[in-house]
Amino acid sequence: MLIIAGQPFKSRLLVGTGKFASAVVMRQAIEASGSEMVTVALRRVDLDNPADDIMQVLDRNRYVFLPNTSGARNADEAVRLARMARASGGGEWLKLEVTPDPRTLLPDPVETLRATETLVADGFKVLPYINADPILALKLQDAGAAAVMPLGAPIGTNQGLLTRFQVQIIIEQARVPVIVDAGLGLPSHAAEAMEIGADAVLVNTAIAVARDPVRMARAFAMAVESGREAFEAGPGRRLERAEPSSPESGLEFLT
Amino acid sequence: MKIICNGKEMAVREGISLEDLIMDLQLNPAMVVAECDNRIVLREEYAQKILSEGAVLELIRFVGGG
Repeated sequence: MLIIAGQPFKSRLLVGTGKFASAVVMRQAIEASGSEMVTVALRRVDLDNPADDIMQVLDRNRYVFLPNTSGARNADEAVRLARMARASGGGEWLKLEVTPDPRTLLPDPVETLRATETLVADGFKVLPYINADPILALKLQDAGAAAVMPLGAPIGTNQGLLTRFQVQIIIEQARVPVIVDAGLGLPSHAAEAMEIGADAVLVNTAIAVARDPVRMARAFAMAVESGREAFEAGPGRRLERAEPSSPESGLEFLT
Repeated sequence: MKIICNGKEMAVREGISLEDLIMDLQLNPAMVVAECDNRIVLREEYAQKILSEGAVLELIRFVGGG
């Protein structure tokens, strides 16, 4: 079972709540995903449209809210957002995101490590979003991160597990859960991450922008389960050349 | 008196509490996080928190995100 910061989760699929066409579709998709932990963002209340509150459709007793610090460009901004998230009653959970470059949305490793140190000391359960950097992952683990979240590909790109080689090294070395986050665009991408031993994956865009987000959420749930089962089953080896699956003997009658 | 709320100037009555302002804006206090002059105000303090002239207020809430 997946355990993050001492808390068990039956589902190894975490889902984001952004980009859905409506609150109802979002709620149905999250239900279909079987996920128990969902990410949320913090933004200013729109004073011209104060009733617009999509989060009301989600039962906070049913899902662990994992607030993110999206929009933070440095450690100080991330820490400020984190404290706001906690003040809102979201608990100690935090997906730490520090993305100074809006074009790539790639995370800043130095500021992410700095913010992790501050927030861990402040009692947060920090899940940092990182580039797939094995050295950084180790440093974050040593700094007290509850998990590490290497990207498969840049946020929102649906490109798949472009970082497979580095993620594999992160998984080999990790003592905390490794959650592949960002860029997974298809259930097969999620299954691939799970097959190489990721503890979980986080998916948002691929589900939210699908023609039918509810069915896509279900597809991801099956893929995550399937990939995990394959990992635990222990995949067979790869060979460079063919090896017959049928017996080579017993064919003498053909000659 | 005037305060700055979410980046916009807003006229409010003298001595208004944060809780009353949030109610006046038709927001649910349980769903809003407030920061006044760069300091977080805890929810249980909304009623006691009296806004002063020129206060810079941020009202934040959870939205969909990844």
